Amino acid sequence: MASMRDIKRRKSSITSTQQITKAMKLVSTVKLQKARSKAEYSKPYSNFMYETVRSILTKSTNIDHKYLHSGDSGKKAVIMMTSNRGLAGGYNSNITKLIMGSGIPKEEMIIYPIGRKGRDAMSRKGYQMATDYSDVINDPLYKDAIEISQELLHGFEKGEISEIYLAYTSFKNTVSQIPKMEQLLPVTMDQTTVSKEDQIIPMNYEPNEEEVLDMVIPKYVTSLIYGALLECVASENGARMTAMDAATSNAEEMIDTLSLEYNRARQGSITQELTEIIAGAEAIS
Amino acid sequence: MAEKFHLKVITPERVFYEGEAFFVEMNTTEGEVGIYKNHIPMTMLLAPGVLLIHEEDGVKEAALHSGFIEILQDRVSVLAEIAEWPDEIDINRANEAKIRAERQLKNGEQTANIIKAEIALKRALTRLEVGRHK
Repeated sequence: MASMRDIKRRKSSITSTQQITKAMKLVSTVKLQKARSKAEYSKPYSNFMYETVRSILTKSTNIDHKYLHSGDSGKKAVIMMTSNRGLAGGYNSNITKLIMGSGIPKEEMIIYPIGRKGRDAMSRKGYQMATDYSDVINDPLYKDAIEISQELLHGFEKGEISEIYLAYTSFKNTVSQIPKMEQLLPVTMDQTTVSKEDQIIPMNYEPNEEEVLDMVIPKYVTSLIYGALLECVASENGARMTAMDAATSNAEEMIDTLSLEYNRARQGSITQELTEIIAGAEAIS
Repeated sequence: MAEKFHLKVITPERVFYEGEAFFVEMNTTEGEVGIYKNHIPMTMLLAPGVLLIHEEDGVKEAALHSGFIEILQDRVSVLAEIAEWPDEIDINRANEAKIRAERQLKNGEQTANIIKAEIALKRALTRLEVGRHK
């Protein structure tokens, strides 16, 4: 049995760990609320953007545009969104696993990392890395999303990149965040859900469809990247909150067991002392 | 007075404006347009310029930079990357940006930079115009 002193030392070390996890949980709760409302404010824009692109593409079926075809050669770019800090449960490793299990061969993939954790994990495994945008995830701005999408679109137009994917964690609610991988370019649309009304209204484009698509699709890509960035921030804090909550309650449990053990050891030592005194007194008399 | 329609101005950060208007003016790549209710359905590209919303309590003014507009019979939606009310505009900054852009244009830099400078100049001028009426 461990000595009383050992137990006491362990207990106090776990207590201080628990204080840290508790504080981290509180911090991420506050950050989560902020990130969540920010993500919600950006929803109308990206939803509308999505609807517009979809309606343009459904109405003009004979359209032939550079963003609708993948290049023959070139790599598949994956924008990988993870966090810069750890202690967020499976948040970062889920994205890493998702990308490795996506079926895209390692040689054809080029990763645009946003978030140090994912970047480090993938470069250790020998994946090719492009420009690092890790600082963006701390506080994503729309300007950052523009910069990222411009670089990718440029590569796409030059034929260096044939397809663009986005790997991020979508925020469902505080306890559940789902890692997702979506194709950004070439644009593919699920055309089955277009409403009847949408199909009937004829739409005019000024100056013309091609030019509208020329401008709208980059904005569409940007808005998806921006939306994903905001959702990732919310997810990261949600994941950290859940992980820290579990850590805090685990620490609580350990402290309880250790207290029990400590009390037992204390009682044992008192009993032993008493027995010794009585035995000593008896020996004298 | 003309009939009212539903107008929505959305930016990536927020819903900038949502309400009933009876006339709205803005600048597109094809020139300035004014829209009443029952306009034919149309999608147009925005150019940096002033957005004028004529509603019941008067005219509202805002600066719009880059985006597009979707017009349906009873609904007009503006998607702008940046939209600002007059009181959100920093006139000093816009002035500086204007001078900087003009200087770049005068010095005749590379073509890519010239396009950038032209866009920056247009932005600054729009901001100044809207900001003036503060």
